[in-house]
Amino acid sequence: MTVHAEPTTPVATGTPAQTGHRRRHLSEGARAERRLGWLLCAPAVIVMIAVTAYPIAYAVYLSLERYDLRFPKQAKFVGFSNYGAVLSSPYWWHALLVTLIITVVSVAIELVLGMLLALLMHRTPFGRGTVRTAILVPYGIVTVVAAFSWQYAWTPSTGYLSAMLNNAAPLTHYGQAIAVIILAEVWKTTPFMALLLMAGLALVPEDLQKAAKVDGATAWQRFTRITLPLMKPAILVALLFRTLDAFRIFDNIFILTAGGNNTYSVSILGYDNLFTALNLGIGSAISILIFLCVAIIAFLFIRGFGAAAPGSSK
Amino acid sequence: MATTVKQKAGWGTANTVAVILALVPVLWIVSLSFKDPSTITDATFWPKKWTFQNYRGIFKTSEFTHALINSIGIALIATLIAVVLASMAAYAVARLTFPGKSVLIGMSLLIAMFPAISLVTPLFNIERTLGLFDTWPGLIIPYVAFGLPLGIYTLSAFFREIPWELEKAAKIDGATPFQAFTRVIAPLAAPGMFTTAILVFIFCWNDFLFAISLTSTTNARTVPAAIGFFTGSSQFEAPTGSISAAAVVITIPIIVFVLLFQRRIVAGLTSGAVKG
Repeated sequence: MTVHAEPTTPVATGTPAQTGHRRRHLSEGARAERRLGWLLCAPAVIVMIAVTAYPIAYAVYLSLERYDLRFPKQAKFVGFSNYGAVLSSPYWWHALLVTLIITVVSVAIELVLGMLLALLMHRTPFGRGTVRTAILVPYGIVTVVAAFSWQYAWTPSTGYLSAMLNNAAPLTHYGQAIAVIILAEVWKTTPFMALLLMAGLALVPEDLQKAAKVDGATAWQRFTRITLPLMKPAILVALLFRTLDAFRIFDNIFILTAGGNNTYSVSILGYDNLFTALNLGIGSAISILIFLCVAIIAFLFIRGFGAAAPGSSK
Repeated sequence: MATTVKQKAGWGTANTVAVILALVPVLWIVSLSFKDPSTITDATFWPKKWTFQNYRGIFKTSEFTHALINSIGIALIATLIAVVLASMAAYAVARLTFPGKSVLIGMSLLIAMFPAISLVTPLFNIERTLGLFDTWPGLIIPYVAFGLPLGIYTLSAFFREIPWELEKAAKIDGATPFQAFTRVIAPLAAPGMFTTAILVFIFCWNDFLFAISLTSTTNARTVPAAIGFFTGSSQFEAPTGSISAAAVVITIPIIVFVLLFQRRIVAGLTSGAVKG
């Protein structure tokens, strides 16, 4: 390396002289850079627009039509009446309630468990790698696989968990089924939360902790007065990601209950309207409403809590 | 800092609890997949009678073997395309100044947060018109689109860490721009691209909603979607064993990734989110 480094020295001293020369061509250089930048981004942008922007615009259009897949010839512009139908339907409001309950409860539990897990991985004097490897399994495993594992575990006469609780059949009761769905969701996604929080913990300077310890602060005081405030950005980003993700919950419910016993989320409702009721108009209206809900949640986080949108600092 | 025996025991217990909680549901589905049909409803955690019958059964049905080929092919192709396109965009984001950069970042963020269900309805209709419904490209295209934001985020964080001066140094030493790229920059960028590829692959491998909505036959249906609709090898048998065996088969690649690339996955997951 040193051999390679040496010849650069004379050139480095020559740089100031070159700067003036370069400045004259700056506009041309900047233009070339701009062109290259656009060129490199173009393919990614085209794919992203083709798969999201165009379909969402098309969904807005479909949501204003009466469009039943069984009678495609009778498609007709009906204005906002699909939205009226959805918003006046108790099914939509129940689905929204179920989705919100699952989102709030599971994200709250995940935050606490994720923080404990992050502290464990950050502080444990041994076995750090083993814990990290083990918790990556729930993160990486296919959600459908995990959901089947939980479903069988809670199926009477098949499952060990059901057997432990006198052949309980929680998936056949509304409240208990929701609890199992939350359990499955928490198990699968706590590791993600923990890893984001662990990265946040790594940014808390060790010196501050030591200084506070010398000043007589207890472990709890150090955690609430130093660690938590310094981790606020990491916590908010983790919460934002997980809240939006939990709001879209689909796979777990589809496998665990298929939305039975009133456990359907908004995503399940939208799916059923398309593939069971074959109603594209209503299905699209639900899609747009879900999109709006997600936008509102993101807006609240970024404006309300001051979560820095990841990438905004660039 | 000397840790006392008591403290050690405490940390050891906490570690053990975390590992057990993380692995028990996985061990349970593995155990189910090895249970004999006569004992699958005995509700014990470990099989009393071990058998490979469930595995032999699923590999005999085209329902599973086709799905496995679809899963592997679709996830690999989508990952490859997404990583190439994301690398180009991430290079631009990390290295160049051009107007519209923040628009690109904002757009990726928006798509990362996009509810997939909102796209299923219109994509279903669009793909039927274009003849993409129930084909490989019909799934690959949405996977690339949703893999891109993840890729652009992770890669631009990695690319920012690369000491790009080395490229200049190599050129001064007489390397052609091509050599400077292949001998100096590419080896430095490769680990980040590889990590990103793992994350995007896991995302594609995991998807269920697009897979059940945009396919209808074994033509393009992937394993998660296929096992969602498994009916069992005979109609008198609950498909528990077959589903468990299929579930274990698609978990193997994930376990391999986790065991081999634990550090990389953690670095990839946290780089984009925390360093912003």
